[in-house]
Amino acid sequence: MSAAVKPVKGSGAGGARDLFGLRTWFGHHQSLSILVIVCIIAMVLPVVSVLPPFNGFGTQKDWVAGFAQAGVFVLLALGLNVVVGFAGLLDLGYAAFFAIGAYTFAYAASGFTGLDIPFWPMLLVGAITAAIFGVLLGAPTLRLRGDYLAIVTLGFGEIVPVVFLNADKYTNGTNGITGISQPSLHGLFGIYGFGFTNPWPYYVTILAIITVVVMLLYRLQDSRLGRAWVALREDELAAASMGINTVTTKLLAFSIGASTAGLAGVFYASKLGSVTPDQFQFQVSFTALAMVVLGGMGNIWGVAAGALIIYELQSQGLKQLDAFVKALHLPALALGPINIDIGAINFLNLQYLLYGLALVLMMLLRPEGLFPSRRRRRELHEEPAVDELTSPDPTGERE
Amino acid sequence: MTTAVQGTPAARVRLDRRFVMPVALLLALAVAYALMVLGSCATVGVGTCDKWAQGQDQFINALTIGGVYALIALGYTLVYGIIELINFAHGEVFMCGSFVAWFTLTRLGFSGPIADNLPLLVLVVAFTFLVSMAVMGVVGVVIERFAYRPLRNAPRLAPLITAIGVSFILQNLIFVTISNSIVTVPQVIPNPVLNIGPVHIRGINLFVIVLTVALMAALHGFITRTTLGRAMRSTAIDRDAAQILGVNINSTIALTFFIGSALAGAAGVVQGLYFGVTVFNIGFQAGLKAFTAAVLGGIGNTTGAALGGFVIGFIEVLASVYGVGRWSEAAVFGALVLVLVFRPTGILGQQLADRA
Repeated sequence: MSAAVKPVKGSGAGGARDLFGLRTWFGHHQSLSILVIVCIIAMVLPVVSVLPPFNGFGTQKDWVAGFAQAGVFVLLALGLNVVVGFAGLLDLGYAAFFAIGAYTFAYAASGFTGLDIPFWPMLLVGAITAAIFGVLLGAPTLRLRGDYLAIVTLGFGEIVPVVFLNADKYTNGTNGITGISQPSLHGLFGIYGFGFTNPWPYYVTILAIITVVVMLLYRLQDSRLGRAWVALREDELAAASMGINTVTTKLLAFSIGASTAGLAGVFYASKLGSVTPDQFQFQVSFTALAMVVLGGMGNIWGVAAGALIIYELQSQGLKQLDAFVKALHLPALALGPINIDIGAINFLNLQYLLYGLALVLMMLLRPEGLFPSRRRRRELHEEPAVDELTSPDPTGERE
Repeated sequence: MTTAVQGTPAARVRLDRRFVMPVALLLALAVAYALMVLGSCATVGVGTCDKWAQGQDQFINALTIGGVYALIALGYTLVYGIIELINFAHGEVFMCGSFVAWFTLTRLGFSGPIADNLPLLVLVVAFTFLVSMAVMGVVGVVIERFAYRPLRNAPRLAPLITAIGVSFILQNLIFVTISNSIVTVPQVIPNPVLNIGPVHIRGINLFVIVLTVALMAALHGFITRTTLGRAMRSTAIDRDAAQILGVNINSTIALTFFIGSALAGAAGVVQGLYFGVTVFNIGFQAGLKAFTAAVLGGIGNTTGAALGGFVIGFIEVLASVYGVGRWSEAAVFGALVLVLVFRPTGILGQQLADRA
């Protein structure tokens, strides 16, 4: 915002100064620049994956399939960021909306119901369905304090898979719904059904969805609603006394977040071809929360980057670490009663332990996340307001 | 800063609570009992069924399970009452408590009931409880010291996020270091049916119910009768004022965590002794149910938490009596949402759930 007025000192992401006026240009052409950035990322990622050392971990096709899967989590993190980062509400049952989106598409396009509604309109339907559930859940609880929302969403996230599991007459229980159709372009660009063998169409599709979502989120963030969210997050009482309807505003954050998860769910179900209740356990909500917190609550690009990095770390990083340590053949150390055998540790099991540690350490040491938004950093450090806007002195830089 | 929690003006109490509550409680118990008789006799046929025996088995079962939830719920409500934080890690403290019981009992070399040696049995059980309560109490204090205290003045979201982080750390520490599947805890208490008048009760059930009530009575006595208890209450009402009057806030909050976590540790031992099994992920759902119990009774209110725990126990047993046991979580969750919508202060709630 201020970028258009005068050069602003870097906020971590963009480096220093207004490089060749790019920052100003981005400020004026927000959506276009988002498109440009995503396109660059879309081209860079597959190229990086064929460079060493990454090409040793898998073929380019594997990597692209992984990126498409990571895109689902990027979308989840972006949506959760609206709830947690923008509005400051803790949603611990986010996977429930993901599940609702996925099952919506499973009902609309599988042999289970016999329907075959195309993928593209169902994206919207899935998002709307998830948003409706968001409103249904949020309406009774958002009147109460934020802590209650956390526990109610936690319960909701726990119950939704249980319902999908137990109502086996309607959901096919543990086995879930299989045979879900893949997206199809009906011959456009010579592409029909996406199938399972080629990851590229999925990669492009999820990037397109992410692009649209990021564009919308940027617009929301700077809109009247976005400012209301920030006001609410900073001081609910003050916001209410300035005429913000706190319940409606929170409800909007909650349902917009839910709708993004619904989108992700539809894509996920279609890509995988099947949905089962155990894909939507609490771990998914927790992973999404870890992505938002580590990426930097409130910062759209930060959260997206956090999600991509965490996804790749958990799917590739831990596997490689495990293989690497196993290959070292470290001898087991027997120190009296304590037996240390690093080679026997299964690093893949450590995933959630590491997330837990990361969450706690981030909150204690760097609550603004790895890629903080400027506002969050000021807010969370509660230092005197030596901010970039009032201080002409570049020594205001922190960290 | 957190704000003070205000009490309901006495003038607004419509009916004398001392009269209404016991009557309502007795009515609810009678209804629950009738429902249990009907449900458990449905398969046999109500006419031929031994109604007294069927009903009381389920009733005692509900009291036992409810006791476990009540013990956990007390920890939630104590902590919430004093620092207004939902301690998500509390369910995992309970789970760790059950693993401490498993560790202690197996290390002592027991694998089954200790029959015909009452002094040894008492000694072993008391020792297990002491170890688990002490260890989990210390764990609770450590969690508070390192995960919550530094964030006491941070935005509200921050301690909630560390709480959920800590819960994952505890759960996965057990998962990685001890076992990723179900662990058998030695059930050292022999299990003959005792006949007390017309009541037939198993030894373990009697033990659990008596223990739960004793612990609650001890807690109540501690909070209402001792200086430290008074410090806890005053800190809960107004932290700044308490500090001005010489209460050491940090140690009072640490003490609260110690007591709450020790109770969860005791609940963990009960889990081990009663069900004979434990697993790394029981804490999550138990915690959720116990939190519901705390909200149901009125969060911040210790009597309410105990009452709520028993209500949850009854809901769960009723669900299984009627053959919908797998929906019991959904029923409990439904109860939570209903309470939050219609009576956010809970059944007894003297402390207001701050309507923001």
